[in-house]
Amino acid sequence: MVTGHQLGYVQADRDLLKTMEPAGKLYYMLLLADVVVLLWGIYAWMTQIYTGLGVSGLTHPVMWAIYITNFVFWVGIAHSGTLISAILFLFRVRWRASVYRTAEAVTVFALMTAGLFPIVHLGRPWYFYWLLPYKQMGGLWPNFRSPLIWDVFAVFTYMIVSMVFFFTGLVPDMAVARDQAKGWRRLLYGFLAQGWQGTDRQWRHYTSAYLFLAALATPLVISVHSVVSWDFAMSMVPGWHSTIFAPYFVAGAIHSGLAMVITLLIPLRRVFRLDAYITQWHLENLAKLVILTGLIVGYSYVTEYFIAWYSDNTFEWESFRYRALGHYAWAFWIMIIFNSLIPLLFFIKRLRTSTPWLFGISILINIGMWFERFVIIVTSLAREYDPYSWGLYTPRWVDLSITAGSFAWFFLWFLLFAKFLPVISIVEVKEELPAPLKAGETG
Amino acid sequence: MSRVIGVVGVFAHLDDLLEAIRHLRAGGFEELQALSPIPRREIDEALGRRESPVRVFTLVGGILGGVTGLFLTINTSIGYPLITGGKPIVSIPAFIVITFELTILFGALGTLLGLLTNARVPRLHLGLAFDPRFCSDRFGLFVHCTSEEVETASQLLRGAGAEEVRHVEA
Repeated sequence: MVTGHQLGYVQADRDLLKTMEPAGKLYYMLLLADVVVLLWGIYAWMTQIYTGLGVSGLTHPVMWAIYITNFVFWVGIAHSGTLISAILFLFRVRWRASVYRTAEAVTVFALMTAGLFPIVHLGRPWYFYWLLPYKQMGGLWPNFRSPLIWDVFAVFTYMIVSMVFFFTGLVPDMAVARDQAKGWRRLLYGFLAQGWQGTDRQWRHYTSAYLFLAALATPLVISVHSVVSWDFAMSMVPGWHSTIFAPYFVAGAIHSGLAMVITLLIPLRRVFRLDAYITQWHLENLAKLVILTGLIVGYSYVTEYFIAWYSDNTFEWESFRYRALGHYAWAFWIMIIFNSLIPLLFFIKRLRTSTPWLFGISILINIGMWFERFVIIVTSLAREYDPYSWGLYTPRWVDLSITAGSFAWFFLWFLLFAKFLPVISIVEVKEELPAPLKAGETG
Repeated sequence: MSRVIGVVGVFAHLDDLLEAIRHLRAGGFEELQALSPIPRREIDEALGRRESPVRVFTLVGGILGGVTGLFLTINTSIGYPLITGGKPIVSIPAFIVITFELTILFGALGTLLGLLTNARVPRLHLGLAFDPRFCSDRFGLFVHCTSEEVETASQLLRGAGAEEVRHVEA
């Protein structure tokens, strides 16, 4: 729903296409800073490829460390986009119209970032294609019983389906942009619009296809983070081998993704002056969803401890004691406080309707969710069964630079998106506006 | 010399468009094409369109994906029997994940294919009746007719409240 009855179709076109006007100085400065960080990250990766994985902090026994932390984090960020664009679409939630395009863009870009990390993590990254399902040496295929291969299928499917969903939703808007653009932009948008005219035939098949894509994306999004969680849960490592992992990861993924969407929407709304379209009401609804996911995540933390204690398994219980009190206790408490306690502040209406509070808390949740993955991966690997093989992980400049570079990579795509594509779906905003009827009636 | 292939009416109001569709269909014009900036069910209903067949593409794609997933995992395991994790060679529960993901993937690609073939996109040329306003704030109704019928169709369009009526020539 969009506020203001005076808003008409032409006004919506004008306001929402305005975001694509030539950028100002601030934009280019941000872009430059972003590219510098990205190049630094690429340099770090090249150093790692040239020298070997040893230049990073990765060492026995913590061989997954920060790269897989980043992988899980970015896959998680992707999830809220599909929640907002597909699940809320199926539930006919009206406030999604103004925010779903941005959320979907976050999905696509976060997956493009996540997909890099399993490759970054390889000692010989040029062999990444060994993961693909093809007949390998001697007629051997990949091991389809391995969760790592499931992960390849899940993330790859998720990436393709998200892109199809994103570009399908974009087509009618691209037609609007095409008709009002000139020069090379007209060519670009004309290409993306694929000859869209808005005929009844096109709309009829489009709405049907969109519904089915949403219906397919909904179970997919649940499955993807479940499969990611099974990368851990299927192994016999204490602190990982748990049936709660799938729902726990899915809730955590949506929690972090919602926080990221809030973090990105607030500056976007301010820079482009979109207050009429992304109102306080939209942000408040997102904050309410954050309360829900925050409670589920908090509940999962407690349940994990309960089961560790109740199982009466020495290794399991030690693993959880170590998390809260061991070398990485600081990360554990960041995770507990930022993910499950601070979001409870949104119960206070004054805080969840205040933009600075929303922005601040959403950033803390992003940090907290990153550390959640760090805690799960690093603490469990650092202390497996045999004290002989215990060890600590400390990141080095290479891992940290690649991590920073991944953020730059994500924001690079987001910055380009903000300037080249409509950040709010024009057509869906129009659908929420009263249709023009004669004699000034509305329907 | 160009030949008239129809007439297009431009409407500012949705209900005028619906009225025009009803009048024209009552007048025996069945080759109608509505153009609108937003999808509205009423337009399809007024035009008497059937449910889109895209769903069949989704279903077939999904089934094909599921079968592919099972075939890929089972067949490759039998072709090179290698016991891993002490599980049977054909370990269905472990293969369910890949089967599921491929069901979704093929279902989505099937849906996309269904959309492209049914909606006849991509296309290089916008239709002759197209007007940029139909993607912005106006509704259009394109009536296919012979040059003898043009006058009748134009009158019906104007009668229903068309702001503008234009002949379409090919």
